[in-house]
Amino acid sequence: MSTTFTIHVDGAAIPARPGQTIMEACDAAGLYIPRLCDVEGLAPQGSCRVCTVRDNGRCVSACTQPAMPEAVIEHDTESMNRYRRDLVTMLLHEGNHLCPGCEASGRCELQAMAYRLGITDSNRLPYLQPVRPLDASHPLWVLDTNRCIFCSRCIRASREQDGKNVFEYVGRGIHKRLAVNGNHLADTSAQEGDHAMSDGICPVGCIIRKGEGFSTPIGQRRFDKHLIGEEIENKSGRSDLSTEEAQ
Amino acid sequence: MTDRAAPTDPDIPVNQSRSESRRIEIDPITRVEGHGKVSIHLNSAGEVDEARLHIVEFRGFERFIEGRLLWEVPVIVQRLCGICPVSHHLAAAKAMDQIVGVDQLTPTAEKMRRLMHYGQVLQSHVLHFFHLSSPDLLFGFDAPAEQRNIFAVIQAYPELARRAVLLRKFGQDIIEVTAGKKIHGTGAIPGGINRHLTLEERDRLLGQIDELTQWCRDALKVAENYCEQHLDMLKSFASFESNFLSLVREDGALDLYHGVLSAQDALGHPIFAEADLTRFNHYLHEEVKDWSYMKFPFIQSLGPESGWYRVGPLARINNCKGMTTSEADLALKRFRAVLGKHCGHSLAYHWARMIEVLHCIEVIARLLEDSDLLTGERVIKGVRREEGIGMIEAPRGTLIHHYKVDEHDQVQFCNLIVSTTHNNTAMNRAITMVAKQHLNGQPNLDDALLNHVEVAVRAYDPCLSCATHALGQMPLQIELLDAQGQRLQMLSR
Repeated sequence: MSTTFTIHVDGAAIPARPGQTIMEACDAAGLYIPRLCDVEGLAPQGSCRVCTVRDNGRCVSACTQPAMPEAVIEHDTESMNRYRRDLVTMLLHEGNHLCPGCEASGRCELQAMAYRLGITDSNRLPYLQPVRPLDASHPLWVLDTNRCIFCSRCIRASREQDGKNVFEYVGRGIHKRLAVNGNHLADTSAQEGDHAMSDGICPVGCIIRKGEGFSTPIGQRRFDKHLIGEEIENKSGRSDLSTEEAQ
Repeated sequence: MTDRAAPTDPDIPVNQSRSESRRIEIDPITRVEGHGKVSIHLNSAGEVDEARLHIVEFRGFERFIEGRLLWEVPVIVQRLCGICPVSHHLAAAKAMDQIVGVDQLTPTAEKMRRLMHYGQVLQSHVLHFFHLSSPDLLFGFDAPAEQRNIFAVIQAYPELARRAVLLRKFGQDIIEVTAGKKIHGTGAIPGGINRHLTLEERDRLLGQIDELTQWCRDALKVAENYCEQHLDMLKSFASFESNFLSLVREDGALDLYHGVLSAQDALGHPIFAEADLTRFNHYLHEEVKDWSYMKFPFIQSLGPESGWYRVGPLARINNCKGMTTSEADLALKRFRAVLGKHCGHSLAYHWARMIEVLHCIEVIARLLEDSDLLTGERVIKGVRREEGIGMIEAPRGTLIHHYKVDEHDQVQFCNLIVSTTHNNTAMNRAITMVAKQHLNGQPNLDDALLNHVEVAVRAYDPCLSCATHALGQMPLQIELLDAQGQRLQMLSR
């Protein structure tokens, strides 16, 4: 038996249950906290830090920090959103995110997050312009790691849901990059039906399904009609999360 | 404005000591798409030896498309240009159709692409005629520089300008409903298209057709009247014989989307007609010269000296046996009654261009009535190939995209022969003629005189880089240099 308690997010009382993270409680209440590495169905990791909030004055990632009774959370403030803009801006500069020619444009969570956060000037920082070879060896998918944002969603999905280790990071610091368990993707055990390769795991255009690029017309793509996060705000909660009240 | 050093020109015909020769530069040329410059070489007597159109931008698309994925190509390469990106989008898509094994699209896909293309040609031609060239035609080549711009046209001819803006908007609206965006859409994909037209979109466009068709008739009349009233000038200003190249429909009718590659000489005798467009490089070769980033294509069987040719509206009008729409066909007959069957006047490009505008609106009206646009299979696939060549009649002329793709779907080779490239030799010839005609013996070369040279270039509606476009007013600087590159005289605006 569990009991609900209250957390205070930007002054609003939000119901929460023991074991819920701040993000889960907010999602269930229809309050969207921006995030890139967290995705429905995978254990949270807290690596992108876009969901950073202040929990009783301390910066934490909302996707991993447990909600505690009477916690005072600062979320949608200029200060926190500035942090988020800086984080997303750095991601845009670290990789090669050339939206005009990218088939993920319109369904890309990074692009959609930039729009949501109002990032209109992406010239503050130098572009690192990495040169990472395209891996088109596999008959079904292409891996363009120039677009990887190190969310680890594919790594976790392969490990947790597919029981494989198709993806992993190699290198450290600025030299870290996504690698596959083999010389090329075709050498790995990636196959049709893998959760790691399915729509919605890669948030950007790093894992691409072959031959389907641009088949969804402009106007019908995932984020053409609404901002990222509006599905949570409009539906008042994710399907895998629910408060006791909803149950 | 740059003050760049003169490039080396080993080909300059030097018939006197180099210290006696002079060179004038028009840099950049204004009211054309992209950046280029003209250099005019004078001898010691102040007479023009030669004039050259230089393309000073480098287009690197062929190189950086290497390694990218085949379905990305139609979306990426259209970024060559913001004026007629649809041409590159469709030429690349046609090449990729072949690579995914599709020789014949579904009726729905082909008609949607045709609609997109004719909408684009309409808006591009209108842009060129009204926004870029009409100041020369309405106010005269010698008019003050401050009058030779679209704003002066708006002031003096407000209704004409309003129609120009709205006609262009209509073409852009067609692109939007077929490609998803007015500029740089994604409508054409390998093997077909990604959307149908909705009833609402079709009805909205059809509702404007009658009024816009009348505007196109009136716009054509402007060009016709100008040419008829300036016949002597037309026949003397950059008028010369040449070969002409274009696609024509199998029955010889004008077709902007697909057809037989046809070349005719100045008298209208066929040089070649090839239905298998993948064999284009059996007929066309390219020459490289070290003073321009633009190559010089020529008809292989005639050689580089006499194998050069012209493309674009005048070439299409000269090469075709007729138009597939009634009013444009009558307009073609009027054109030929006045200027003859094989017209070589550079300024006649304007008339030919506006005949095509009327043709476009007629074709658009016909297509919009076709129910295939609203429903039907959009994409098909066939047996995979490694090479594809897409060809289309872009607003400025025949556009060729040639790709080789490996078994992993990655582009290994890309060669683009854009419309303006085909006209390279012709434009150089045109400006040399005009320079000799108007600049010879002039002690001081002023802005109005040099505008004559630009008028000759503009007639071809060149897209000089097919890549980069400047915002705002482009500066014009004319330098008079001696053989050592020392500036003798400079004009700028």
